[in-house]
Amino acid sequence: MYGGGYVFCEPDVHGQPDDPERLAEFEARIDRGEKIEPQDWMPYEYRRQLIRLIEQHAHSEIMGALPEGAWITRAPGFKRKLALIAKVQDEVGHAQLLYSAAETLGKSRADMVNDLLSGKSKYSNVFNYPAKTWADVTVIGFLIDAAAIVNQVANSKGSYGPYCRALERICYEESFHLKQGYDAFVALATGTKRQREMLQDAINRWYRPIIHFFGPPDNESVHSKQLMRWKVKMASNDEMRNQFLDAYVPKVLELGLTFPDPELRKDPQTGRWHYGDPDWAEFYRVINGDGPCNAERLSARRLAEENGRWIRQAIMNPQQKFTIPFA
Amino acid sequence: METADRHLLSTSVDPRLQRVQRHATEFHLLEQPEEWQTFEVFHQRRRGEHHVHVGSVHAPDAEMALVFAKEQFARRQQCASLWVVASAHIHSLGYQNEDMFATTTEKTYREASGYRLRHKIQAYKQSVQHESNS
Repeated sequence: MYGGGYVFCEPDVHGQPDDPERLAEFEARIDRGEKIEPQDWMPYEYRRQLIRLIEQHAHSEIMGALPEGAWITRAPGFKRKLALIAKVQDEVGHAQLLYSAAETLGKSRADMVNDLLSGKSKYSNVFNYPAKTWADVTVIGFLIDAAAIVNQVANSKGSYGPYCRALERICYEESFHLKQGYDAFVALATGTKRQREMLQDAINRWYRPIIHFFGPPDNESVHSKQLMRWKVKMASNDEMRNQFLDAYVPKVLELGLTFPDPELRKDPQTGRWHYGDPDWAEFYRVINGDGPCNAERLSARRLAEENGRWIRQAIMNPQQKFTIPFA
Repeated sequence: METADRHLLSTSVDPRLQRVQRHATEFHLLEQPEEWQTFEVFHQRRRGEHHVHVGSVHAPDAEMALVFAKEQFARRQQCASLWVVASAHIHSLGYQNEDMFATTTEKTYREASGYRLRHKIQAYKQSVQHESNS
């Protein structure tokens, strides 16, 4: 998991203009399908937006482990507990891979971690909602992971080498996450009346955050076009949302479960899914800090950071300095 | 804000947060957090195969780098051996001279496929047979 719904920065009008000759060379390389490596020349805006994207993705992995991590102690049964521990460990491992990829662009890990802790950096909005019951954990493990995979598979075909390599490894590990989530989801869906009610309640609460997951509807801004040209953004928000709905809505409906949206349907002519107004104002409210769990998530992250400080300092070797990863 | 935080943590479903009665305002950022060294990781899947570069880890020394590399890169996939090397110790030719690797001149003389013999042998055999028949 957990990439998706990235918020790119507004173009920096004060940035250095790029050398047109090198820019043309760079764009030709991307057009040929070649990857860009850390030592290559790259446009100012490309570097800036990629740092932002990969850093947000890394933070989402860390913060995304929190709602599920809280359920490890109460997972129903030994097998579910083992799977959940393994999954949460994988997610934190994904964050490490992604921080390394972002570092190759020149922002140090310590700066990224501090920007998360201070509340400056964003992460996927979906983790600012509570996992109230075990059914929520199954909805996250199945549907949110599925949504993240749609996004990550698209991004793994992007232009920046270190990010693509990290995503290949991540996508390989995600296949187990999705399967264990689906397994736990189906166990509730085919279980007792009480279990089905619990699952339906969780779907009802997660439906809107899931629609929000891929970000607001496409705007045909010049900015977004440039990011797609440079293969930073690989598919539009609406394209990815549609791909997700197409693959996963039927899997939920076939279990006799429903979505709390009377307008949700596929247009047989266009193949596009139509959904009711998901209140984009809420999306912006939550991403700007005012969601049900923003404070709680940040607090849990800060607690972990503080509790780990003494050991990081104890094993610190003051002679050694941070170096940018090689690839 | 403080009351809101306390309320939030006491109602959280996260047992770690329930255990500690603290609120967010107690937290202070470190102005200069620990900056560990970066190590590149090389992973060998099975004995006999090459060690392949798979990524990097942050660690205060090589011993810890191996511990983190094992967690990060040998947690899921098969692994026979791991190497770590400080990123600063890598020397590279870099991409600015990428074109020098291009094979511009004819170099089939240094490739196995540049030596084709079978048709000569066939032709020779046929000529010998032809002679003996006549």
